Formats: sequence, C-alpha cells, structure tokens
Amino acid sequence: MSAITEEVVDSASIAAASTKRKSLWLVAIRNPNVIFGGIILLGMVLIALLAPFLGTVDPTRIDPAARNKKPGTEITMRLDDGTTVKRVAIMGTDSLGRDVYSRVLYGTRVSLAVGISVALVAIAIGVVIGLVSGYVRWADGIIMRIMDGLMAIPGILLAIALVSIWRAGLITVVFAIVVPDVPRVVRLVRSIVLTVREEPYVEGAISVGTPTWTLMFRHILPNTIAPLIVQGTFLAAAAILTEAALSFLGIGIPPEIPSWGNIMAEGRTLFRVFPHNILYPGIFLALTVLAINIMGDGLRDTLDPKMSKKV
Amino acid sequence: MLDFIARRLIAIIPVLAVVAIFVFLMLRLTPGDPAAVIAGDNATSDQIADIRAKLGLNEPIWTQFAIWIGDILQGKFGESYFFKKTVAELIAQRVEPTLALALCTLAFAVCVSVPIGVMAAYRQGSLFDRVVMAFSVLGFSVPGFVIGYCLIYVFAIELGWLPVQGYVRIGVNFWQFAERMVLPSLTLSVGFIALISRITRASVLEVLNEDYIRTARAKGLSNRVVLMRHALRNAAVPILTVIGLGIAILIGGAVVTESVFGLPGLGRLTVEAVLSRDFPTIQTVILLFSVVYVVINLLIDISYTLFDPRIRY
Repeated sequence: MSAITEEVVDSASIAAASTKRKSLWLVAIRNPNVIFGGIILLGMVLIALLAPFLGTVDPTRIDPAARNKKPGTEITMRLDDGTTVKRVAIMGTDSLGRDVYSRVLYGTRVSLAVGISVALVAIAIGVVIGLVSGYVRWADGIIMRIMDGLMAIPGILLAIALVSIWRAGLITVVFAIVVPDVPRVVRLVRSIVLTVREEPYVEGAISVGTPTWTLMFRHILPNTIAPLIVQGTFLAAAAILTEAALSFLGIGIPPEIPSWGNIMAEGRTLFRVFPHNILYPGIFLALTVLAINIMGDGLRDTLDPKMSKKV
Repeated sequence: MLDFIARRLIAIIPVLAVVAIFVFLMLRLTPGDPAAVIAGDNATSDQIADIRAKLGLNEPIWTQFAIWIGDILQGKFGESYFFKKTVAELIAQRVEPTLALALCTLAFAVCVSVPIGVMAAYRQGSLFDRVVMAFSVLGFSVPGFVIGYCLIYVFAIELGWLPVQGYVRIGVNFWQFAERMVLPSLTLSVGFIALISRITRASVLEVLNEDYIRTARAKGLSNRVVLMRHALRNAAVPILTVIGLGIAILIGGAVVTESVFGLPGLGRLTVEAVLSRDFPTIQTVILLFSVVYVVINLLIDISYTLFDPRIRY
C-alpha cells in the first residue's frame, strides 16, 4: 500500500517538476543575455579545442632569435629538420621569443578548465555538505561554524595560503580556489533545504515513509539545481579571475603551461616597451569573464527570479 | 544595545577560532619538518633545533596549539628567517601603503558609486541606468591588474601625468605620496564601484516604491531631499552590508594592485612571503587580514542602528 502511494506521490511530483523545469530551460535559452554570453563563450570553447589548428606553433617553444618582437613582425623560424619558415607573429613574442598568439590561444584551455572544474568541484562538495547541514540538525551547528570561519578569510588570501602549502600546479590551483568557494555553495544549498523541508509535499513524502536518501535526492535536491547553475556560472567567472591573479603574481600555474595570468606575469618587466604581452591575454581574459557573467545574469533572471530581485 | 554588542563579540570567537586552527594547521600540513620549513633553505641545524624548542614541536599537537595561540595573543608572531626580522616589525613597516590604499579606495569608491546608484535607480530604465548597469558587469569582469596596466599605459606612459610605480611615505612628502596613490586607488576602486553602485541601485529601487516616499513627494519635498534623506537613508543597510563584505575584495585586490604598482604594502609582503615560503609571515598576514575583515563587519552590524532606528537590539 505504502509503496503504491509513494510511487504515486513520486511520479506526480517528478512530472510536475520536470515540466516546470523544461519550460524554464526554454525561457532561459531564449534570454538575450544568455544567448549573447553563450555565443562568446562557445567561441572561447572552440578556440580552446581547436588551438593546434588555428595557425599556432608550440606555445612553449623558446626562440632566442625572435625575442621581444612587436605584434605583426615577420619571424623566421628554424624547424627541427633544419628548414626555415617565415610566419607573422600577430601578437608579437615575449622576452624568451615565445609566440604570444599561440600562448594566448593555448591559455584559453587553462582558464576554461579552471573555471569549469572549480565550479563543478565546489558545487559537488558544497551540495553534499549543504544537504547534511540542512537535514542533520546536530551536524548543522558544527558545519556552519567551520564554514563561517573559512568565509572570514578573504578568498584570494585563502587560495594563496593553500598554494603556499601545496606548491603551484594546475590541480593544486583548482583546489586552492575551490576551498574558499565551498562555504558559499553550502550556505545556498542549506538555505534551500531548510525552506523546502517544510513544504507540504516533503511532509507528505515523509508521512508515506520515503527513505531519507530518496527524500534528499528526489524531492529536495532538484530544488537546488536552478540556483546552483546560476551560482556555478558566477563561481566559474570568479575562478578564472582568481587563477589569472595567482598566475600573474607568480604563485599560480607554472610557466611551462601557458595561462593568461602567467603570460601577463612574463610581460610585466618590459611592460613599458612591449605592452602587448599584457594587452592581448588581458582582452581574452576580460572577454571570457564578461561573457560568463552576462550569461549568469541572464540565467539568474530566468531560472531564479527570487534571487534576481535581490541584486 | 550593549547586550547586543556583547553577543556579537561572543559570536565572533568561534569564527576566529576556526581561522586560528586553519592558520595553525597550515604549517603542520606542509610536507616536511615545520621547524626546517620555517628556518628556510639556508638554516643551520642549531637554528632548526632552536625553532623546534620554541614551537614545542616535540610536544603533542594540542600543546603546540596552546603554545602557538598563547604567543599570538601576546603579540609574539614569530620571526621571519627570510627577512631576518620579527614578523611584527615587518608588518609594522608594511602597513602604511596598504592602509593608505584601502582608505583612498574606499573613500573614492563610496563617493562615486552611491550617487551613481541613486541616480540609476531614480531614472530606472533610462540610458544612464543601462550604462551604469553595463559598467557594473564590466567592472566585475575586467581583472584589477589589466585595469592597472591600462591606466599606467595611458596616464603614466603616454600622457606622463603621473608616476608609473613606487611609493613615497605620507610623512616624507605628501604631494608625491598623493600622486602615487591616484592610479592604484582608481584601479582598486573599479570592482568596488561596480559592486556598490549595483547594490545601491537595487536597494533604492525597492525603497522608492514605499508609501513614505509618496508621502514625502506629496508634501512637496524636492527630489534631492526625497532621494538623499528618505530613500538613501532607508536603503543604507544593504549598502553598508555590501561595503563590509566588499572588504574581502579590497584585501584580495590590494595583493594584486600593490604588485602592479610596486607598493611595498602587506599585499606585496604576502606574495613575497609565499614565493620565499616564509610561513610565519604568511600565517600572521592571513590572521591579521581575517581579524580586520571580521571586526569591520562587526562594526558595520553595530552601525545599522545609526542608519535605521527601527533596528533595535
């Protein structure tokens, strides 16, 4: 008997939820901000994926003969088999003779990878902790005090501290940016859990004996999806900026892997004479973050109208 | 009121305790002997033994924490073996540029963004409003160091109006100090202005729909009085909250901005300390910034009553 009612309750709520979500998604992808940001972002994704085919050379290739060339200079490259080729360095070269155009294009990979993985990992960890915190009363106090403590350390400082412990590298940088983000996700998920658990349909599900895990994953978790997607876009944008800042300061991604931040770090010393080393990666960085933020604004307006009223 | 302040003071104890535990564990989580890590690469074995004894590294971890926190509470932040100074001296030397930068930025950002936000709310949907909103998204997206270098390029290199980099102490020559503060403060303000103008606009918009605004207009008050005295004052609480939370952005931004403009402040010190793995300094700076952040937000919480007498504690 209870199994049947449970099934009825479940299928009804799932059906209701899925039609609601479907229509919301349709509205979301028609939002001009989402389209505009999405197109730029798609362009960046294509650049990242197709970087080897866009007329680039090996971004780590050092060429002493072609150091510090201004954008548009023609460079003669000596290949491994001894032949020479001429190519125009569209964005110039850096002080080691590496091609800035190739480095900027390959740098797209690092930035997007950092943005996406930080958002996903932070949300994955934050959802689990947030669900526990919102649902298990005795754990709530302890978890939230720890989260408050972590939030008291300014994000970039916390990331800097973690990088100093773990030493620089792509994975350590991702985790160093994830840690300060987790409390924000936890707070969001927890607040949703706390409101949703009082809803009649959750009480109904409890009364028909739905197991706790089913309750959490089928009845409570779906409510967090839309706000988390919105939060995720902003986390990704902030993560890309933080990675760039860390690499720019020389404590992020090591110089062997080109990232927009470390290209700029390399260009710092000769900035007065050769501003292009900072200008081009800066434009790519700002454009990408802008696209994600604009898309996030659009998603927030459509998926999470309650939040959009606040800001 | 006093009761409220006391309760808020007690509430920050667990927060600061978590920060302290994290900062303490930082050094213990690094691979290798903490004494050797603190002493740096060129240390003699005597120095390492000395640090071992001071930190009580042979004791159980709880005793180590007690020793460490006891030292911190007495203002003994340890010694920087890399800079060959006590950490307290080092921080005292570096605090001025950061404080100057933060205050200039805060003052400039608030003076610019609050009026902009109020005007944008007043003329909701107008061209001005849309430009402000577009700017605020842009301000969030362009990183501080890119803005900094653009400003240096235009105002210092091309136009030659301002010096490129460097710092002059305020007591040495005020004029030189001031001209070296302009570009860094401008750089750091951009994100802050974006944040505050957006929040000001949103909270003023909400207030403008209230009955008392209609009443104020009905009794013939000028627009300026309605906006500034009635709307802005009632919208002040969320604006203050965001300014308080924005201190975190300010601190993070100072780290980057000081590096761009070569200011010898605490942000630059943090980076130098990380690059040379000078843990006593990193620990103290993180502790210090976190305490400042928490205390400023506490003060802002308390100040709400000044702006909104309806809030009673």
